[in-house]
Amino acid sequence: MMSEDEKKELLASGHRMCAGCGEGTAMRTILNEAGPNSIATVATGCLEVTTTAFPQTAWEIPLIHAAFENAASVAAGIESALKQMDKKGETNILSFAGDGGTFDIGFQALSGMFERKHNVTHICLDNEAYMNTGIQRCSSTPYGASTTTSPKGKYSIGEDRPKKPIARIASAHDIPYAATACIGYINDLKKKVNKALEADGPAFLHVFAPCPTGWRHGSSDTIELAKLAVETGVFVLWEAEDGNICDLNVTYKPKERKPVEEYLKKQRRFAHLTEEHIEKIQKEVDEKCEEYGF
Amino acid sequence: MGEQKGLTIQGNMATALGAKLSRPDVIPAYPITPSTLFPEKISEYIADGELDASMIRVESEHSAMSACIGASAVGARTCTASASQGIALMHEMLFIAAGMRLPIVMAVGNRAMSAPINIWADHQDTMASRDSGWMQFYAEKNQEGLDLMILAFRIAEDERVLLPAMVGIDGFVLTHTVEGVQAPAQEDVDEFLPPYDPPHGKLDPEEPMTFGSLGTPEYYQELKYDQTKAMDNTPEIIDEIFDEFEEKFGRNYNRITPYRCEDADIILLTMGSMTGTARAAVDEMREEGEKVGLAKLTVFRPFPSDLLKEIAGDVHGLAVVDRNISPGFGGAVFAECAGAFINEKKSPLMKNFIVGLGGREIFKKNFREMYEKTKKAVETGKVEKPVEWINMDEDVMR
Amino acid sequence: MSKVKITIAGINKKPGSSKEYKTGGWRTMKPEVDVEKCIRCLQCFDYCPDGAIKKTEDAIEFDLDYCKGCGICERECPVEAIVMKVEEK
Repeated sequence: MMSEDEKKELLASGHRMCAGCGEGTAMRTILNEAGPNSIATVATGCLEVTTTAFPQTAWEIPLIHAAFENAASVAAGIESALKQMDKKGETNILSFAGDGGTFDIGFQALSGMFERKHNVTHICLDNEAYMNTGIQRCSSTPYGASTTTSPKGKYSIGEDRPKKPIARIASAHDIPYAATACIGYINDLKKKVNKALEADGPAFLHVFAPCPTGWRHGSSDTIELAKLAVETGVFVLWEAEDGNICDLNVTYKPKERKPVEEYLKKQRRFAHLTEEHIEKIQKEVDEKCEEYGF
Repeated sequence: MGEQKGLTIQGNMATALGAKLSRPDVIPAYPITPSTLFPEKISEYIADGELDASMIRVESEHSAMSACIGASAVGARTCTASASQGIALMHEMLFIAAGMRLPIVMAVGNRAMSAPINIWADHQDTMASRDSGWMQFYAEKNQEGLDLMILAFRIAEDERVLLPAMVGIDGFVLTHTVEGVQAPAQEDVDEFLPPYDPPHGKLDPEEPMTFGSLGTPEYYQELKYDQTKAMDNTPEIIDEIFDEFEEKFGRNYNRITPYRCEDADIILLTMGSMTGTARAAVDEMREEGEKVGLAKLTVFRPFPSDLLKEIAGDVHGLAVVDRNISPGFGGAVFAECAGAFINEKKSPLMKNFIVGLGGREIFKKNFREMYEKTKKAVETGKVEKPVEWINMDEDVMR
Repeated sequence: MSKVKITIAGINKKPGSSKEYKTGGWRTMKPEVDVEKCIRCLQCFDYCPDGAIKKTEDAIEFDLDYCKGCGICERECPVEAIVMKVEEK
């Protein structure tokens, strides 16, 4: 790991992300940790459109944006080519996608990349909906959230499916390293970035990144909400090596879990939930945290 | 010059051999009939140490083209093979490859599009991608399949071009049929096709660049124009490189090749393997005194309007034979021929014949029928039915 | 922003050129730091989505060319050294 003062800012200022965008924090941390000897692919999404509008680019490392569902397969092509031409060396190959480009449309390419054991780290920036196209639901959208394609209504609670456990699915491919991380816990994220990059083979990082625009909270609430998600047990920070999901390492256990209501009430996407709904969510979180050992 | 080796091989083996001789670095591929034997042969070459390359056994054709794009963007020579539904599945990536000016080569086992599902010879798959920005070459026989692969790399990587290219060989008729070919020597191909070094940019931490920018309305049109201009400039370059190939390897290629057209009244325009049958029919009809000629289209994109007008400008009738159909209009080649002539003072009457869809046989008698129908139109001066389907089985029609 | 000439395939060979666009114009609130209170924990530096906080020898300072005024720094500062104030135009 480089010393903090040696690290160069690899996501340049002037990008067009919303004020308070969780992805901004995530990307600065991840790229600065990865360092300049890196090549990245990025799927279509908020990150891509806010950083690459011709003739400006916020990327200080080589980047290719190809399409929405294939950040991982473009990265696989890069990795194979560099290896074949004996040019890989220590170069990190990073594949960035949002939750859409990872959980849903990007799932096939991701699974293929994992299965073929490419030395690529896929980083999912999860803001729990297809934000770039206007806040539509994704399989990452949590139960009870109102999105533009699963809106709250007279007959609707909003999203009525639970969040897909993407990091466990990734790990189940028996990849060397899979982890969840959160922008509220920067040191934990940095450690996991390094472990992912050092893994000999595919690695997966599921990075939780709140979105003021899509979740309807204040731009200054982003980090607080990121922390609350973890402190309430809604999002659990863990890592698993070589597919050992049964023996995963929970990297942060809140001493005393806060009630989920504290997390939910700060976001207007959950404002319509009744006491009954919140109790249901609390119960599910309680059960899940018990499984994770806290 | 090294000796060319005589081989008797299937079309897929010929395109695979053409690819192998071109020394690709990375071959991401997904199997689909009738092009499957291409990735199979390539993996055999690699397994036996005959080809130093990396094959990525991707999980779909979309990922195949995606991986090609990634590999080409870091400067690797890249190719793949597909057909029909596979080409359709990677459709969006074809536009992206061309927009990024990546000289990827794809061998296509030309096959019909579903529905209904059909695995046999047909040009619908590549015709459906004619707007993608890729150059398109069509082989009459396995020799051409082999040669056109080498030519495709050379033309695509030319710094004045930098566009991807497809090479079509008809499904089963060529892909699975054994024919004699002459395979150039490796050292001669090496001389003809130098290593690839992207002149326009590549992904390299030493000099960071962003590929695939967001092109807003302020820039998109100019960026597309620039890309289109590159395609528009290729005919001369293709001719130049075809000439170089002939000098080196002794085989002649043209964007359109005329046969017995000099004093023809009516010309048949064909593409792909049907050309062989058409040529035999033309010879027979010539024996009978008919003034008929044949024009073989080898390069469909960029469409050779210039040569078409030269070859067919003075004839009375042009029978355009399409192995594809655009429902609601007619065949793709017909549309482009008509477009080439539309503003000319002199142009032939044109008839469009839809033939051989989904592997339907095309016989010499079918070409005779096409010739007779075109002749009738010329004699009456009227084209009553511009689009006609040939060799239909009336007994199975509803 | 004035327009520039296109490049082949739109390939952008100017890494970090987004800096030409000063997003500081977006904000309505502006951060101010009391350097005496600042303990240089650098949490604000880590959290800022725009990299608009720079390290000084003893504390931090804001790059007002790019600060969008999101207020995360004020919220997260453990010693309340940062305050967001309405910007005087």
